Amino acid sequence: MLWRRTSNWPVWGWKSPFEELDRLRRQMDLISGGLSRGLSGEPAPGVFPLMNITEDKNNYYVRAELPGIKADELEISVTGDTLSVSGERKLPVEDEKAQYHRREREAGRFSRIVTLPGQLNTGKIEARRTEGVLTVTLPKAEAVKPRQIAVKTS
Amino acid sequence: MADSESNALQVKEKTEVTTPAEQTRPGLVFTPAVDIFETDKEITLLADLPGVKAGALNIDLRENVLTLNGDVEAPEGVDETDVFREYRTGRYYRQFTLSQMIDQAKIDAELKEGVLRLRLPKVEAAQPRQITVRAS
Repeated sequence: MLWRRTSNWPVWGWKSPFEELDRLRRQMDLISGGLSRGLSGEPAPGVFPLMNITEDKNNYYVRAELPGIKADELEISVTGDTLSVSGERKLPVEDEKAQYHRREREAGRFSRIVTLPGQLNTGKIEARRTEGVLTVTLPKAEAVKPRQIAVKTS
Repeated sequence: MADSESNALQVKEKTEVTTPAEQTRPGLVFTPAVDIFETDKEITLLADLPGVKAGALNIDLRENVLTLNGDVEAPEGVDETDVFREYRTGRYYRQFTLSQMIDQAKIDAELKEGVLRLRLPKVEAAQPRQITVRAS
């Protein structure tokens, strides 16, 4: 399939075969780059669940939409500056005689690891779930918090 | 769809509503994923509505058209700035046409952990009835 696509690309003059290999390698780097890729403004990676990360002066906030996933089906852990969220979404079996008209909700396992852009104070991390949205609050380490510096006048 | 070998959940981007009518309110509108199944007695609808509070969900049934409308408040605090954004939040909206007669008085809706379970019992007349034939 890759071969077929290669042959369809427009050719802009002569290219060395190594250039093509370089391009492939760069793409592989992008795929394995995870979050660091996103920080540079690239589109999102295709790993469930999708996450939004925000920050204020004191904390990072990681949010993910996980409707219908129970607290005990979620596993959240932090190592250094890396947050890992994994679990399984189970859809209970309904009446066996029921006849389905629509079946769009999906079940399955998921696991996602993101690296936060700064150091964390791992002792005070908090995870909360409201209305199917998971919010993990990760306090920043003292060393990376912005600090007001007073200018002394002499 | 998850394949049979690895039942890993795949990312499904939220689908934005494309309605012929123009929106009169600002903001994004998404189509929630639903399961609908039917038994002899009732129709059940399950919808994924993450971020919708019970008070912000509007369920309306008139002339066999069922409308779901759920408002989502932005979960971010005022002084938070984006580091990285993969999904967007907005209203949920979806309409269904129901073919069976629904007993409006007995409709029951429950919103739990971002999932709506809506039970729509059928009226007696619409429930199938077995007719026994007597031999004379």
